[in-house]
Amino acid sequence: MTAATANTDSLSWYEASARQRIDALVDAGSFAEFIGPEQREMSPHLAIFDLPEQFDDGIVIGRGRLDGSPVLVAAQEGRFMGGAFGEVHGAKLTGLLRAARTLRQDALILFDTGGVRLQEANAGELAIAEIMRAILEARRAGVNVIGVIGGRAGCYGGGSLIAGTCSRLIVSEQGRISVSGPEVIETNKGIEEFDSRDRALVWRTMGGKHRYLIGGADTFVDDETLAFRQAAIDALKVTRGCGVAVLEAEQSRLERRLQRFGAARDAVDIWRALGISGPTDIPALPTDAFLAAANNRENADDAR
Amino acid sequence: METLSFRLSAPTRAGGTRMQAIVGVVASGNLEVLLERAAPADSCMIDITTAAHGFGAVWEAVVRDFVDRRPAGGLRISINDGGARPDTVALRLAQGVRKIEEPER
Repeated sequence: MTAATANTDSLSWYEASARQRIDALVDAGSFAEFIGPEQREMSPHLAIFDLPEQFDDGIVIGRGRLDGSPVLVAAQEGRFMGGAFGEVHGAKLTGLLRAARTLRQDALILFDTGGVRLQEANAGELAIAEIMRAILEARRAGVNVIGVIGGRAGCYGGGSLIAGTCSRLIVSEQGRISVSGPEVIETNKGIEEFDSRDRALVWRTMGGKHRYLIGGADTFVDDETLAFRQAAIDALKVTRGCGVAVLEAEQSRLERRLQRFGAARDAVDIWRALGISGPTDIPALPTDAFLAAANNRENADDAR
Repeated sequence: METLSFRLSAPTRAGGTRMQAIVGVVASGNLEVLLERAAPADSCMIDITTAAHGFGAVWEAVVRDFVDRRPAGGLRISINDGGARPDTVALRLAQGVRKIEEPER
């Protein structure tokens, strides 16, 4: 095995494409794609709606090395149909995760998704269920499945459910994790409940800092590809559990969390209850100061 | 969707040894360009699927300009277009030939 070398040019994870993220994450030159664009495995549904297709159906999967260790990697392209899951897109990820279990190789999922593609909703929802099952089966076999969230589409809908089944989640401030997106909440519950155009509200309710503080993510990083790479290397060094004890502990934690913060009207109230002095300053804090302020954050139990 | 196909004379062979390259993404006003070495060495085949109907003449002008300016011989180029402007198309095609020329790692 040759010494692992990183791609040393750092760039914004948020701005990068799926392919750029993979290149920046794994050891330089180590990535080999499965079912690449030349195979033209595209959605069988989009043409019915007269919608443009993409050769890789919006997800890049393959194998590479991370700090010398073999890993399987999937990256969603958030700019193609909002990174949404369709039949082929989902099947590629399911297959990769089943391979992770069979090969006993750790897997990384670089999320960038609004959820399920509406034009192929049934296939997409089934894919979400299959992916979650594949992750749990891989984890039961001792494989780590790391979720990485910091893209422009965030991690919403079925994508957030999948993220909830990962061994660990790495998030940046720009990464948003939520089942329902801002517009969905506003449409269903009214603008008094949630103003989707209030960016500060969106970020402090669903953004990476808040998710990290309430135990919805395990590692918080700057929006830099090199920071994500280092966090992924560190995440794979920890052997995680996925048994009944872990899930029961997490269930108890979530019950405690609901009791503790259930009456809060805003994320700032939760940050205050966590004992953070100056909770209103949290959104403006640079990473170092934020991590120091986050000392008493909630910790997840390998599930969330 | 509208499909267009062009087979153009391209005397200069595309450089490098990579067998394929892909640039861009299918989104509004954007496109993806897949380049493969799968055409006779002196020609360039371009297949386009586009969401914008009725722009065949503009596409033809852009791809003819492309093979005149860049070494594109031997390439089969496949495009999925989300309604990109001609300047964006020209940029992606230029990025594509540059990428397939890059040395393999």
